[in-house]
Amino acid sequence: MNAFLNWIEERIPMMRVANMHAIQYPAPRNMNFWYVFGFLATIVLVNQIVTGIWLTMNFNPTAEGAFFSVEYIMREIDFGWVIRYMHSTGASAFFIVVYAHMFRGMIYGSYQKPRELLWVFGMFIYLALMAEAFMGYVLPWGQMSYWGAQVIVSLFSAIPVIGPDLVIWIQGDYVISGATLNRFFALHVIALPLVIVILVFLHIIALHEVGSNNPDGVAIKHKKGSLPESEKTKYEIHEYYTSKYDIADDVVPFFPHIVLKDLVAFCIFLFVFCYIMFFAPEMGGKFLEHPNFEIANPLKTPEHIFPVWYFTPFYAILKAVPDKLFGVIAMFGAIAALFALPWLDRGRVKSWRYRCGLHKVNLLLFAAVFVFLGYLGGTPQENWKIIASQVATVLYFGFFVALFLYSKNERTKPVPARIPK
Amino acid sequence: MRKLMLVLAFFIPGMAMAAGGAVHLDKAPVDLTDKASLQRGAKVFMNYCLGCHAMQYQRYQRTFQDLGISDELGQQYLQFTGEKVTDYITRSMPEESAATWFGAAPPDLTLVNRVRGSDWIYTYLRSFYVDESRPFGVNNAVFKDVGMPHVLQPLQGTPRMAHEEVMVDGEMKSQFVGIKTDGDGALTTEEYDQLVADLVNFLAYSGEPFRLQSENIGKWVLVFIVVLFFFVYLLKKEYWREVH
Amino acid sequence: MSNVSVDAKDSALNGSQPESNNRRRFLTVATSVVGAVGVVGAAVPFVTSWNPSAKAKAAGADVEVDISAIEPGQLIRVMWRSKPVWIVRRTPEILEELAAHEDSLRDPNSEAEQQPTFAKNRYRSLKEEYLILVGICTHLGCSPQYLKDGAFEEAVEGVPYGFFCPCHGSKFDMAGRVFQSVPAPLNLVVPPYQFVDDTTVIIGSEAEAV
Repeated sequence: MNAFLNWIEERIPMMRVANMHAIQYPAPRNMNFWYVFGFLATIVLVNQIVTGIWLTMNFNPTAEGAFFSVEYIMREIDFGWVIRYMHSTGASAFFIVVYAHMFRGMIYGSYQKPRELLWVFGMFIYLALMAEAFMGYVLPWGQMSYWGAQVIVSLFSAIPVIGPDLVIWIQGDYVISGATLNRFFALHVIALPLVIVILVFLHIIALHEVGSNNPDGVAIKHKKGSLPESEKTKYEIHEYYTSKYDIADDVVPFFPHIVLKDLVAFCIFLFVFCYIMFFAPEMGGKFLEHPNFEIANPLKTPEHIFPVWYFTPFYAILKAVPDKLFGVIAMFGAIAALFALPWLDRGRVKSWRYRCGLHKVNLLLFAAVFVFLGYLGGTPQENWKIIASQVATVLYFGFFVALFLYSKNERTKPVPARIPK
Repeated sequence: MRKLMLVLAFFIPGMAMAAGGAVHLDKAPVDLTDKASLQRGAKVFMNYCLGCHAMQYQRYQRTFQDLGISDELGQQYLQFTGEKVTDYITRSMPEESAATWFGAAPPDLTLVNRVRGSDWIYTYLRSFYVDESRPFGVNNAVFKDVGMPHVLQPLQGTPRMAHEEVMVDGEMKSQFVGIKTDGDGALTTEEYDQLVADLVNFLAYSGEPFRLQSENIGKWVLVFIVVLFFFVYLLKKEYWREVH
Repeated sequence: MSNVSVDAKDSALNGSQPESNNRRRFLTVATSVVGAVGVVGAAVPFVTSWNPSAKAKAAGADVEVDISAIEPGQLIRVMWRSKPVWIVRRTPEILEELAAHEDSLRDPNSEAEQQPTFAKNRYRSLKEEYLILVGICTHLGCSPQYLKDGAFEEAVEGVPYGFFCPCHGSKFDMAGRVFQSVPAPLNLVVPPYQFVDDTTVIIGSEAEAV
């Protein structure tokens, strides 16, 4: 057996790669629960891919057959409803863990030097994920699928000069139609999953190159020869890391320590996930919207059109601006601002634990505003909400402006050289 | 862990924000385990609804099985369309005439409970009232100017808006107090409410025929996850003991 | 594998007791077992979803056929489980001839399980007059042609009626029995069926033993 494994290892270094990236990878020992969401996102990605493959086996990507085939999967395939609900619940779960993962990055400064590209790759994943989720939502061909697609695709008509032609090109027809459904299907099941998987791969490679951040924002890799033997880690860490740096005894190996920690979180996550999936898959109309159980009807718009909850913050920003073009610009600007975060934050201290009080307030306010925008974008329009969403939009962008301003000469607390015991 | 729960709660904003409507909806007494009620509901559906509304995503045989009815009895007493017991529950009315008779084709009802909610249907079917200005002579308090005749009227009786003189701020005012029938229906008000409740129950079933199965399996899955958590947690503790 | 090495290292690290090692081993095994059960459980819906769906089962249900209008010597085709099923009304001459060529057949007595027990006879049928077969060649799944009124003589000398598979030249007689030295290994399949009355046959199920 060993000889066989060696034979393989000499030809393709599977054990070496596994050791380097999944077993003997040095992880800071103070990583708290905020650090489980990356693992959970990976799990959900696998869930989406596997259940997606199974759904594709019976889904019919035509305007005539799509709605029926979804009900067919739910009613006539053995356990088809389990697979479908795993996929639909997984879509929302994906955004829950990704939003938590992103917020983690913000409070602990995981986007700062040297992790700028890591953050940017993450943002690209988020962008691809939004496209993936949007197109996936069109596929069941219910009322919300149809009219949601109508609204989102119409956004492109705001682009001067080429807008209207661009919309027709995207739709492949003069309205959202079977042609649109078909191309969205192709993108949803093949193109975007490939893109996402590649981006996740790059995200992890970039992470392992620069190393994991931690709640104290303290480096665990030190210059070679700078640490006395007694302060180096006693755990077996791959020589890929130890040959270049002195690894402080602030780390634990990824396996089994971090994996077990992630598995504990996974169990809790799975409990919530399965509860929703088996007992409340519609989640009160948030995960599966009620009008989407009615087949798409191009002649009848539902009373209220909302995107699914994970898009509603940006939808609220779109609605807050009383001009079509500028509304669209504001919406995309809200996402673009996140991309620029590593360069908007001019601070040197990573974790909010050691940054000024204003920064903590700014971050918490940002999170609150984001949730509030989500509420505004997901409920029927009322008069007070117009003002509220405008204020919230200003606050959203205010976060970035304020960060840019105060981070230059920020009064920070001293950061310890090593992770505090 | 508590913090994690808080975070999850934080990221799932206001789940219970249903689309608001001005009309108060009565709570429908849905109970999917009540097979007798489901059977009565199926009978009402097949006799009164299926003329115009289909249930085209559901098969007769599956319905009979889930409701505890044998194929033979079901075919004899509940199946009026299709040929085989394995056929879908389609309506007898052709699509084109449906649209011309009612303005729009009557919607399929397989999933109506998931679109409207059982409270809405329960209230809607008990909210028809006489309105001579409408083509079918009835209007609905929940669905204004609905294009559907009150097919259950022979059972309910002629429903009318009832008004009472009420003293408001020292003045007598006519106030809407609900819908009362002339008492010319085959059923009493309680019997009619029960009939509608049975029908709603059946529609709740048809929207998600695997609901009970889902919750049964779900219970065991959750128990299993707790067991798994227990072991994983102990193992994690064991490895992390020396780190802290 | 690497578990063991980490174990040893860790216990050396803080001088922990041997019972800690046992505890670790026990918990590792227990967690793995429970986890494996979970993986198997999670695989169940994915595996069972490959079973025939309700739609396929509905299409695979029994088929009722009215056979009153079949002329002597005529073959009609019906679909059962999306497969062609032949019903041939055999003439007395055809029935008589069946005994004549039995030494050139591979399995004249239907020893192989290609038919319900009621059809394990020379005529491979419930009623001699009616031959009911799944019209799919036992070689590679083509549907053979019915050659009648002497047209089959080209394939087998002296046998006027039979089935000839155009794909690879397999030959079957008027009881669906395969001839020797052709690629098909087995007789044609007789589906389960029963007669409701003289003119109606149900394909897909046998009459329950009385």
